Amino acid sequence: MLKKKKIADFGQLLIPLVALAILIIFNLFRDLSFFSIGMKVNNSGNIVLTGNLISIIDSASELAIIAMGMTLVTAACGGQDISVGAVGAISGAVFVKVLQGMGNITVGTVILAFLLCCLATICFKLFNGTLVAVFKIQPMIATLILYSCGRSIAYWINGDATPQLNSPVISSLGMTIPGVPVPTPIFAVLFVGLLLFLAFKFTSLSLYTQSVGINKGAARLNGINPTLIQLLSFVLLGVCVAVAGVIGVCRLGQLNHKTLLVDIEMDAILAVAIGGNNLGGGKFKLSGSILGAYIIQMLTTTLYAMKVAPVNIKAYKAIVIIIIVVAGSPVVKSKVTALVNKIRTKRRASTIQKGVS
Amino acid sequence: MESEIVLTMRGICKYFPGVCALEDVDFTLRKGTIHALMGENGAGKSTLIKVLTGVYPMDQGEIRIDGIEGVVSIRSPQDAQNCGISTVYQEITLCPNLTVAENMFIGRTEGRRVDWKTMDRRAGELLDSLGIPARPRQQLGSCSLAVQQMVAIARAVDTDCKVLILDEPTSSLDDKEVEMLFRLMRDLKARGVGIVFVTHFLEQVYAVSDQITVLRNGKLVGEFDVKDLPQVQLVEKMIGKDLEDLSNIKKHTAPTGQNVQPLYEAEGLSSTESRPFDFHIAKGEVNGFTGLLGSGRSESVRAIFGADRVTGGKVKINGKDVHIASPHDAMKQGIGYLPEDRKRDGIIADLSVRENINLALQVMQGFFHPLSKAQMRQFADEYIAALQIKTASQDTPIKALSGGNQQKVILARWLLTHPQYLILDEPTRGIDVGTKTEIQKLVLKLSEEGMSVTFISSEIEEMLRTCSRLIVMRDRKIVGELTGDELTQAHVMKTIAGGEG
Amino acid sequence: MSGNNKNVHREPLTDAQLLMVISIGIFAAMYLGAMVTLGGGFLKAQQIFDLLNDNAALIIISCALTVVMIGGGINISVGGVIGLTVMSCALFLNNCTIGSDFVTILLTFLLALGIGLAFGLLQGFLVSYLEIQPFIVTLAGMFLARGLTTILSVNPVKVTHAGFLALSKTKLKISWLGYVAQNGNLIPAKIEIGAIVAVAVVLIMWMVLRYLKLGRNIYALGGNRQSALMLGINVKKTCFSSYVISGVLSGLAGFVFLMHKPAGNASVAMRSEMDAIAASIIGGTLLTGGVGNVIGSFFGAMILATIQKIIALSPLNASWWQEMANGAMLGFFIMLQSVVLSARAKRRGKLEANQQGHPKKE
Repeated sequence: MLKKKKIADFGQLLIPLVALAILIIFNLFRDLSFFSIGMKVNNSGNIVLTGNLISIIDSASELAIIAMGMTLVTAACGGQDISVGAVGAISGAVFVKVLQGMGNITVGTVILAFLLCCLATICFKLFNGTLVAVFKIQPMIATLILYSCGRSIAYWINGDATPQLNSPVISSLGMTIPGVPVPTPIFAVLFVGLLLFLAFKFTSLSLYTQSVGINKGAARLNGINPTLIQLLSFVLLGVCVAVAGVIGVCRLGQLNHKTLLVDIEMDAILAVAIGGNNLGGGKFKLSGSILGAYIIQMLTTTLYAMKVAPVNIKAYKAIVIIIIVVAGSPVVKSKVTALVNKIRTKRRASTIQKGVS
Repeated sequence: MESEIVLTMRGICKYFPGVCALEDVDFTLRKGTIHALMGENGAGKSTLIKVLTGVYPMDQGEIRIDGIEGVVSIRSPQDAQNCGISTVYQEITLCPNLTVAENMFIGRTEGRRVDWKTMDRRAGELLDSLGIPARPRQQLGSCSLAVQQMVAIARAVDTDCKVLILDEPTSSLDDKEVEMLFRLMRDLKARGVGIVFVTHFLEQVYAVSDQITVLRNGKLVGEFDVKDLPQVQLVEKMIGKDLEDLSNIKKHTAPTGQNVQPLYEAEGLSSTESRPFDFHIAKGEVNGFTGLLGSGRSESVRAIFGADRVTGGKVKINGKDVHIASPHDAMKQGIGYLPEDRKRDGIIADLSVRENINLALQVMQGFFHPLSKAQMRQFADEYIAALQIKTASQDTPIKALSGGNQQKVILARWLLTHPQYLILDEPTRGIDVGTKTEIQKLVLKLSEEGMSVTFISSEIEEMLRTCSRLIVMRDRKIVGELTGDELTQAHVMKTIAGGEG
Repeated sequence: MSGNNKNVHREPLTDAQLLMVISIGIFAAMYLGAMVTLGGGFLKAQQIFDLLNDNAALIIISCALTVVMIGGGINISVGGVIGLTVMSCALFLNNCTIGSDFVTILLTFLLALGIGLAFGLLQGFLVSYLEIQPFIVTLAGMFLARGLTTILSVNPVKVTHAGFLALSKTKLKISWLGYVAQNGNLIPAKIEIGAIVAVAVVLIMWMVLRYLKLGRNIYALGGNRQSALMLGINVKKTCFSSYVISGVLSGLAGFVFLMHKPAGNASVAMRSEMDAIAASIIGGTLLTGGVGNVIGSFFGAMILATIQKIIALSPLNASWWQEMANGAMLGFFIMLQSVVLSARAKRRGKLEANQQGHPKKE
């Protein structure tokens, strides 16, 4: 009984785990050095870890963070937020504007700027959330507005230029902190992950979110306020987007409102789906989405390593995605299960026959 | 018995993971008869019908239909339709965004084009001949539920059908509409259609049926002629044990009188859906709202629980003024509410039985005080045992349970919060006789322990058995309050019907 | 007698019709406003034709989106398919050496439709028969189309095929809708072939959705999938067909796009899927499915095009104002729809409650 339950729990993660394993095995055969991890002194004189694995985990950070928020919104609202990239650009714009306004870049001002970023993104997400939770508009439609004009707002905040931020504080946020060989964005993922883990542990966020996502009316009759829960999911996504936007800016040390976190909404939704979560809302697994994010990045990095031109990567990515979702599709799953069962019963029948004879 | 056989099902088996839903079931339908399919919830009626209509593939067995050579294979609802099997389901299975006429003809006309003129004309004729108050070009979604149900029947009737399956068609119809439906059924019977009739209302079975087939736990109990099977025996066959005499249930009479402090008092309470009304209930009292469908009984209890937006009125609990504006407020005051529509408002379908049981308690505890998994397990085990909920495990999603067991889970959810006042709106609707009795007994036990219960049921008998006071509603107003000797079926009916009755 | 009454009885507007009427009204108001305040080009009939000429591809993919959205799905690969079609047709035209101009152009046309059809078949199969979420399938489709486009050529490709260039310059001239230029010459109104194709597509799709069983099945599918199945509709085939239609229409849109601007480019029609979705929504199509109308989507696309034109002519001419205005317009429509629909639902609910509360007496 217990064992069965474990397998069922595992079920949702089976496909992404297998996909990850295949990617790893593929790379093992392709080029063992893909996995080598080394130490190197970087431009600013710090010792840092290098290697494809580190770069995968590092560069998937923004995606993983946003995918976590996206999972919550998906679960609570039964739809996706397609404005995360645009609002991330706004977050970056606010960050740069505040730091430039204050003149000097210190840890204190960076924290202040980050908090203002959070405030800004939360406001924008509350706008989305209000449309969804109060006006009952489909999330994708409600967020289409900011998707189409969010980057213009980011432009409006900072003008056309690509403002630079040159400071050791920024580079230690975007790359590595002197003395710590692990890239800082990885800590940001851990931080956001821990935050959500604690939220699940010490509140009923998970149960409330799933209840609202599955049956809003029934959740309300059980004393849950669905509007608040849906707004909360957007607020949490807002925080995730703020973090991702700030990392994105710090990574390059400059802001380009056109390219910051571009197309990340699509990858984030993909990560949620690859993680086996239902895009229609309800039950969810955060770990699945995080896994999905790293699979997408590993795929991209593998393709880079295979010397595929960056502009062409989308085509190969599409093919792999199709394979993963086909493998995870309910129809294929049930067909496979039926086949396995058939083989099993046949085998059992034959062993019984053997026993009889 | 001389009539020609139109449908034979032999040795039907259907397995679901972990459950055997149907085991070696036979069913025979004769031309021009009405055949009631009876059984408790989870007995396999719905499964048998879904196998027959191609919704589920069957695992073993054969189906033969008059006029078709050999064994027929029904793999989709379309196959079923082609074989002359039409179905009207309990839940309306029409498209609300299409017109009434389209809903009657879509999916079964020849050719690629839609001939609106002919379709509207034929639909209009059919609706007129059946006396259904709908216009062909009206959007179906703008019709009332009862009319939508009748459109579904009109659709089924118009198909050249040999077998008409009516799966709980009467549950959302009022008496007049039921009578109309019966007229229709007799009419069809005279035309030689074989009708399979599934219902929970025993009187209705005896009003129209010719034969009865009884299922229990996925197995065939037997096929009987109606005249050979009195009601009591039918119930026995359905629940598989000698039915305890329901009249043995002893009513617990709460102390009444002027000096008793009511637990809950409302004065001029109104909501967006209900008109102002006064109401009170004493500790340990069981009372009920009664009236026809749409008389405002459900809306009244929803106002008490704060389920609809409350627009006015004063509420006191234990003599103290309280403000109840939302279900959450009501829960904090120790009020529980089991909603009328279990599927829509009660269960959280994809969550496990455990989570469904613990949901209300968790909400009472508050967002920042989650119950531990161990606590949840313990509570779930406790109530699964106490209410005899039939489930594979507490991790099973609630949607996999039968209706009666789902209802018990919802009951468990509220009992777990130890409310001082529990509102049960149609707790026995769509539930088998056995569970019905269990729930009625439970209500009386709870009231003996001091809980106040407001009970709503369409079955007046059930209300008379449990309630010590009945509030009668008509046209969304309270028109009478019956206690003591006034609690007789005749008296209640008269009050419901009003002066004209 | 009662039958007669029924025929005379006019049905109230459905939600979809109401939303469509609103969007037509707003388009008219907006256009009239532009005529009064901006004058100039807006006073000439040519302006309307220019809107059609410049946005023919958008109108076609709006129809493609509407069909899928009515069926309860979504297709975000349409822009990518346009990009791929434009690029491959441009390359084909420049490198094809077989046959006459006519044959080459015909083959190019078939190539465009073929690419669209291939995407439609693949996506339709994955969505309807393997039951994969449409958003993900068409997202992968978009990635695939964009990736294939850059694989074909990273650099812009100008069409050099003389016959095609001649075709793309062919315009229908209507002199009585023209205007007299300052030098006294009559300049007739010019309509490109693409615009005619777009209008034809709108009309044909309207007929398909209204008078073909396939169309009504798509509505039924979007209205309630389970019910549609129970009503004996082949749900999978219907869903599949809706994606095939939208695929072919995207291929056609690519060809029309190439006729309007005979050059392939990796960023052609970038993000146009979102414009198409916006146009459908503005025209009264609901993403939840079952409600919508291609005529409405046509006006939705025209509203977006008009905004573009107005901003281009106004002192605010900047791409970011453009985007902001689009966003604001979309927001306005979404709120309006929400308010209108909920008000109607409330009124209907009250009506029903009253009917139930006061049973008819005979």
